[in-house]
Amino acid sequence: MLSLYVPGDSLVHRIPAGTKLVLLFAGSIALFAVSNIPLHVGELLAIAGLFHVARLPWRAVLRQLRTALLFMVPIFLFHVFITDWVLGLETVLRILALLLFAVLVTLTTKLSDMIDILERAFRPLAYLGINPSKASMMLSMVIRFIPLMMREAQEILEAQRARGLDRNAIAVLVPLLIKTLKMADDLSDAIDARGYDAETVVPVWRRVR
Amino acid sequence: MIEVSNVNHRFGELHVLQDISLSISERRVGVIGANGSGKSTFVRLLNGLLIPDEGTVTVDGVDTRQEVKAVRRKVGFVFQNPDNQIVFPVVEEDIEFGLKNMKLPKDEIARKVDAVLEKYRLTHLRAHSAHLLSGGEKQMLAISAVLVMEPRYVVLDEPMTLLDLRNKKLVMETIHDIEQSVVLVTHDLEYLREFDRVIVFDTGKIIADELPESAIRHYMQAMA
Repeated sequence: MLSLYVPGDSLVHRIPAGTKLVLLFAGSIALFAVSNIPLHVGELLAIAGLFHVARLPWRAVLRQLRTALLFMVPIFLFHVFITDWVLGLETVLRILALLLFAVLVTLTTKLSDMIDILERAFRPLAYLGINPSKASMMLSMVIRFIPLMMREAQEILEAQRARGLDRNAIAVLVPLLIKTLKMADDLSDAIDARGYDAETVVPVWRRVR
Repeated sequence: MIEVSNVNHRFGELHVLQDISLSISERRVGVIGANGSGKSTFVRLLNGLLIPDEGTVTVDGVDTRQEVKAVRRKVGFVFQNPDNQIVFPVVEEDIEFGLKNMKLPKDEIARKVDAVLEKYRLTHLRAHSAHLLSGGEKQMLAISAVLVMEPRYVVLDEPMTLLDLRNKKLVMETIHDIEQSVVLVTHDLEYLREFDRVIVFDTGKIIADELPESAIRHYMQAMA
């Protein structure tokens, strides 16, 4: 299971998940609505300050940002050559601030709290017949399955290498698919066994008046 | 009491359980048999994970076919592979999962989680990533996550199969201390010596249902 959450008892950790997500949403709109480089620098510093308050290990933060940071250079260079460097700097600052804010929320919020919020956010979808509980559980399962599937793929690769087979996508994908389906079956049994009960949702057009 | 009456179950052409009838009221019941003998299918009937093609299974008078949710509150289930039953990424969150399904208030959930973590010596791992635990710790988490829901019965389907000797011993000691009635499927026959009763399955039928010593003897003879 991907475990991005870094446990802690800081002020940032204690802010309710819903408030953090609303602030992230509002902050991302504000970032792109306002065009002012000093302001964006100030936002970046403020978010960095929150990282300090949350006492997050910089290594965990950098791990989250590593790939994204690599993209900042080509984005900046693209603007230098196509538009101008000021716009490039502003774009990079905006993206960095947004990424840092998102990483802050991710590292200080438990997955179960996120799922609770998502379930509430998905509630209007019930009118369309989409079960909000199932939709949020599905997202949680996706996150939970990624590292398990990576481990399974690694095991399959090693087993095949041990029998002298070179890299072969089909030879990995077929057993991986079968194993994943079996895992999904076992996990759904385990979820049922622990009393999970997603209420039945009826779309608005099928409701009896 | 769990009552199984005239149960038959098939997977396609395979008749995996044939005319099974018994009742379980003892505190410690072992279930043994060769792979594919029907023992895992049998225990899956006990908390309604499977509904039999024919016959009935009742738990304290509640029929799995009629009220499966009520049955699942009464019968906790621990699977062989803890990786496939841990739902949330952090230890504490996974234990909370069953309690949230029971719609308990937040403070009661927190109290129960604290208690179970302490009881099973997992407090230091409460904020730990579940997938980074050792095999034994994962299985202890899986057992704790079921026991925190305080079921009346606990069914464990080969919970020690993937564990090393030290962790097997730890899990078995934990099972030994469970206050509830336990139904344990296992291939580790030595752990069943102190049980009240052992049921032996072979090709979908019960071939022995008696005290551990004689049941295990029957099993050894059948496997010879």
